[in-house]
Amino acid sequence: MTASIDPALQPLAAQPSAFATLRRVIFDRPATIFALVVVILFILVAALAPLIAPYDPLAQSILDVNKPPSAAHPIGTDQFGRDILSRLVFGSRNSLIFGFVSPVLAAIIGTFLGVIAGYFGGLVDRIISRVIDLLLAFPELLLAILIAAVLGGGFWNVVAVLTVAFTPGFARVARASTLAVKQEPYIEAAVAVGLRTPMIILRHVVPNIAAPIVVLTTLWIASAIRLEASLSFLGIGTQPPNPSWGNIIRDGLNNLFGSPWPIIGAGALITLVVLAFNLLGDAVRDALDPEASR
Amino acid sequence: MTALIRAENLGKTFGATGGWFGGGSDQVRAVDGVTFDVDAGETLALVGESGCGKSTLGRLLLRLIDPTDGTIRFEGQDVTRLSSAEMRMMRQRMQIIFQDPFGSLSPRRTIGQIIGEPLEIFGLTRGRRARRDRVAELLQQVGLPPAYMDRLPRQFSGGQRQRVGIARAIAVNPAFIVADEPVSALDVSIQAQIINLMQDLQRDAGFSYLFIAHDLAVVRHIADRVAVMYLGRIVEVGPKRLIYDAPQHPYTQALLSAAPEPEVDTVSRRIILKGDVPSPSNIPPGCSFHTRCPIAQEVCRRDRPPLAQVAPGQLAACHFARPNPIPTGNAA
Repeated sequence: MTASIDPALQPLAAQPSAFATLRRVIFDRPATIFALVVVILFILVAALAPLIAPYDPLAQSILDVNKPPSAAHPIGTDQFGRDILSRLVFGSRNSLIFGFVSPVLAAIIGTFLGVIAGYFGGLVDRIISRVIDLLLAFPELLLAILIAAVLGGGFWNVVAVLTVAFTPGFARVARASTLAVKQEPYIEAAVAVGLRTPMIILRHVVPNIAAPIVVLTTLWIASAIRLEASLSFLGIGTQPPNPSWGNIIRDGLNNLFGSPWPIIGAGALITLVVLAFNLLGDAVRDALDPEASR
Repeated sequence: MTALIRAENLGKTFGATGGWFGGGSDQVRAVDGVTFDVDAGETLALVGESGCGKSTLGRLLLRLIDPTDGTIRFEGQDVTRLSSAEMRMMRQRMQIIFQDPFGSLSPRRTIGQIIGEPLEIFGLTRGRRARRDRVAELLQQVGLPPAYMDRLPRQFSGGQRQRVGIARAIAVNPAFIVADEPVSALDVSIQAQIINLMQDLQRDAGFSYLFIAHDLAVVRHIADRVAVMYLGRIVEVGPKRLIYDAPQHPYTQALLSAAPEPEVDTVSRRIILKGDVPSPSNIPPGCSFHTRCPIAQEVCRRDRPPLAQVAPGQLAACHFARPNPIPTGNAA
């Protein structure tokens, strides 16, 4: 049997592809284009650091101490005569890796915990939620310092520290979103067609809570870059003489009156990149919201 | 006639097992000792005011909510005893159409994925291509162009979405479908199309409906039998003709008198019930309807009337059950 086609059926407007939506969201706002350019440049610079940097970031020169910007050194030199531009270029690698690895790891772990807590509720929820509350009670930086003080510095320790610090935020957002999504009739519909619980979570819960998680990730990338700088500034993060934006500022602070250029250069870059990721987060949020993107 | 699905003494109390705090005082008896059956191929309509437990009852039958007490026999098997894995397999035989056509379709899945999901779960089609072919066939059956398969639900109107929901329900060839107010969220102009579609599909496939509704005109059109619920209990059940023409329970009669009459020249007096529906967390003793019943006597406050046969196939739970128990005074 074939029912007659619904007479009220209107021809549907062509469905905008995900790509078209993304393109529209990006190009509708100049700020987003700016953010995207900054982020792409940041990634390119980090990836191609050895090709871009004019000098070895570790090479000291007693003759070129505390130089202001010049043709030879576009952003000047620090108190050991190292080229600041080269150090900033190489420092971007640490910032980039820290900036991405911790938030992405935290997003995966936090989403997993939050979805489990929100979907199953009960005792599981109580245990996970209390641990989240406990961790949220500490400011990220304080938590990071605490863990770093116990474990010591070093790359993976700092990654672990920041991941632990970021996870509760993701878990809380994932749990709250899951609680809302779980009430939706389409979840009951998935149960009614006999879908297994893990598949319900993967297919019907996770895609529908993804938007706030992705936005949160881009925002935490900005925070992670900032926190890596703070930790390096405090001497816990990237260890000298390796450059990172944070310890360039720290070294520069000791020598502020010798040359302000390390602080100006690294400070400007941190500000620029954090701003860009925040703007990008706003754009991603708008692009992912199915209701707003009609 | 053999019953396809039979509920016996089915009950659900919400808030029964409170956690560490509270519990006990806020128990809501949503469904209370309900016994009825649905025959193969028939449509049993379940009517009642909002909050009377009709949606809960529909979900209990499918074990979307687990009952507190009672049994459900589906094709002779007690589904209340099935493990969750066994119950999942049973879902191939019993499906649901939801009230809300907007919320019941996953917003990020194409309608092809939504309709194909039960096919995939039960392995009814081999491979992606076969599944798409079957989905196309189902879309055609519910009156949607198969070309819409790769579109997202948000591009469809309420009526079109409800067709998708129907296609999902019939995809696995179920024997029993709970239709939970399937047209009450739709425009009146669309309601008739959906009802006719549901009837056509039933005629072809021979499944049974439990049709939950509060619109008596819709029920009169689609139902074979009608069950009337009040405060978690079935107060009257019987063939459509008897329920509409000779209601024996005063609540049924009041409900029918509140429905607008299509004929202009019949002057029917409405029976206005006094007061509100009592809270299901505090159901009155005796006959639960006695607080609002115009013909209630002392016995109604004391004894709960059983659901007893009052005419062939017609059962009513009233001490004073008789055809049209409340004299309405319209000289017909």
